[in-house]
Amino acid sequence: MKKFSFHPCGNFRESYLQELTIFETWFGRVSLLVFLVVLMVGAPLFLSNYLLYILNNIGIMAIAAVGLNILIGYTGQISLGHGAFFGVGAYAGAILATRLGLPFYICIPSAGLITALIGMIFGIPSGRLKGLYLTIATLAGQFIIEYVLIQWESLTKGTMGIALPEPKLLEMTISGDRAFFFVIFFCLIAMTWFAVNMMRSKYGRAFIAIRDNDRAAEGMGIPIFKYKLLSFGISSFYAGFAGSIWAYYMVSITTEPFNLGLSVEFIAMVIIGGMGNIPGSIFGATFITVLNEILRYTTSLLMNVSFVTSLGLNMAPLREFVFGLAIVLFILIEPKGLAELWRIVRSSFRLWPFSY
Amino acid sequence: MEFFLQLLVNGVCVGLLYGISAMGFVMIFKASSVLNFAHGELLALGAFFFLSLVTWGKIPTAAAFLLTLLGCFLLGFIIEKFFLRPLIGEKLIFVIMLTVGLSAMFKGMILLIWGGNLQTYPEFLPQWLEMKIGSIYIAPVYSSALMISIVFLVLFGLFFKKSSQGIYMRSVADNQKAALSLGVHVRRVFALSWAIAAMVACMSGIVLGIINGVNVHDLSAIGLKVFPVVILGGLDSIGGAIIGGIIIGLLETFTGGYLSPSLRDVVPYIVLVFILMVKPYGLFGLVEIERV
Repeated sequence: MKKFSFHPCGNFRESYLQELTIFETWFGRVSLLVFLVVLMVGAPLFLSNYLLYILNNIGIMAIAAVGLNILIGYTGQISLGHGAFFGVGAYAGAILATRLGLPFYICIPSAGLITALIGMIFGIPSGRLKGLYLTIATLAGQFIIEYVLIQWESLTKGTMGIALPEPKLLEMTISGDRAFFFVIFFCLIAMTWFAVNMMRSKYGRAFIAIRDNDRAAEGMGIPIFKYKLLSFGISSFYAGFAGSIWAYYMVSITTEPFNLGLSVEFIAMVIIGGMGNIPGSIFGATFITVLNEILRYTTSLLMNVSFVTSLGLNMAPLREFVFGLAIVLFILIEPKGLAELWRIVRSSFRLWPFSY
Repeated sequence: MEFFLQLLVNGVCVGLLYGISAMGFVMIFKASSVLNFAHGELLALGAFFFLSLVTWGKIPTAAAFLLTLLGCFLLGFIIEKFFLRPLIGEKLIFVIMLTVGLSAMFKGMILLIWGGNLQTYPEFLPQWLEMKIGSIYIAPVYSSALMISIVFLVLFGLFFKKSSQGIYMRSVADNQKAALSLGVHVRRVFALSWAIAAMVACMSGIVLGIINGVNVHDLSAIGLKVFPVVILGGLDSIGGAIIGGIIIGLLETFTGGYLSPSLRDVVPYIVLVFILMVKPYGLFGLVEIERV
């Protein structure tokens, strides 16, 4: 059956089990394992704190993006409220940690669960709304959550923000980029593993059926409202989980970052990575985070160039422009995203020298 | 009582502005069913273009106004031609995200060129527009806004009812395939409707700019407030947009006046969710019949 070989040159699948495999060959599985081992050992050893900080950010964003991909890419429900759910997770984690003093390994999953609950509440309109109208309803959800986070001062301390205690694991304090790297990437791997496998299960197939045609899915006996809510719940769980890790990592949080812009960034990650492709979301998160970082660097560099300063130009909006341009170009040129590009690159290696 | 009346008048005035801002949005949706997230930036582009012509170019106001309308007309053509035409028949999320991307691009561009500060037009409205009924005061900007919006409503009503292009547009909105088979040039209709919608948007941007001053952040926020307005008024009815705008404006000023000023900005969205839960296609929206 599966041998330690390269890809077969055609489609020789004989059973559904083979159709469902994640790794077509042992080579793929081994190379992923090798990559993960190298990443987990090599990155903390050799990378500088700044690069680790970027990697950690990528990891956190990737967890949230994987969650959003389950909702958008697999279930076909567009949500413009993912940034707010991320914020709900961050605040839930922060409040549980400061008010109840729970340890972080309980805090983070329970923040995820709380967010899942709230996500399901805001997912209720999906029972009656589709497409454009659902998008607008989730947009309203974004604004309502933002408002509650700012105004419910007795709980969230409003614009003051909350400072979190340092997480402890078995009497060891986790602080600094290096320690967080292990926590974040362990979570990312576990969450990705869960997402990939869930999509091969009954639930994943139901989600895909709903995405392709929800009426037809209902006709086949899938309770679509239940599954849509479940999808909202799972995706918000991912957002809340990522949000609470982010809160721990950032040490103190305010309501500011969880705006519509963050939601848009998450959708951009999903689209640029490739919709309906879990590893794609990780690519997308990497792309957007790195792009943001490069743009921040270049704009701050441009600010100091005497030519620009003498003209009195403010280069900061350049970031926004390039970000929009990246989204537009990806949609127009490669709507299937980075995952598709990666597949093309791989298959052109495989088919070499006869790649088209 | 006086407070109530003043709030009422303010609400209607603000709502009218929302209604005017929503008109272009509704036109785009009507012809090509695109939800335009870049609408606020289109408003801002129009307002800033006019600003540069008037203050830097020293062009007379009327000429500058016409030039701006022309420029925005071309801009609408370009947007449709290069960005939206390749996406005809693509998934909804791509179209939505494309307009989101465009809005980020436009916003960045405007900030690069004009900066983020509040700027104002030179005073050019005649004083006789000022209205005073009893103790209630209506500023000249509001009455001129009222007049401009009525003029445009009548013009568009005539355009859609009488002119052949307007009838083509309605036919495309009603049923694209049927219109195509009857010989309507659908692509031209799309391009034209984007161009006209951009023109309307820039006109509304100028009106808003006269009243509140020109600031890209405020204008793009209004672009987002268009959503509750059009859901209330129906996504495909231009007259409904004005009614929806007035309802939202009243709602906002009354919440701001009687309940709390901070609730003011979020109340339209709360109402929006409830309306959508009860009537999934908006208050006056057309119910889509789906078949598997």
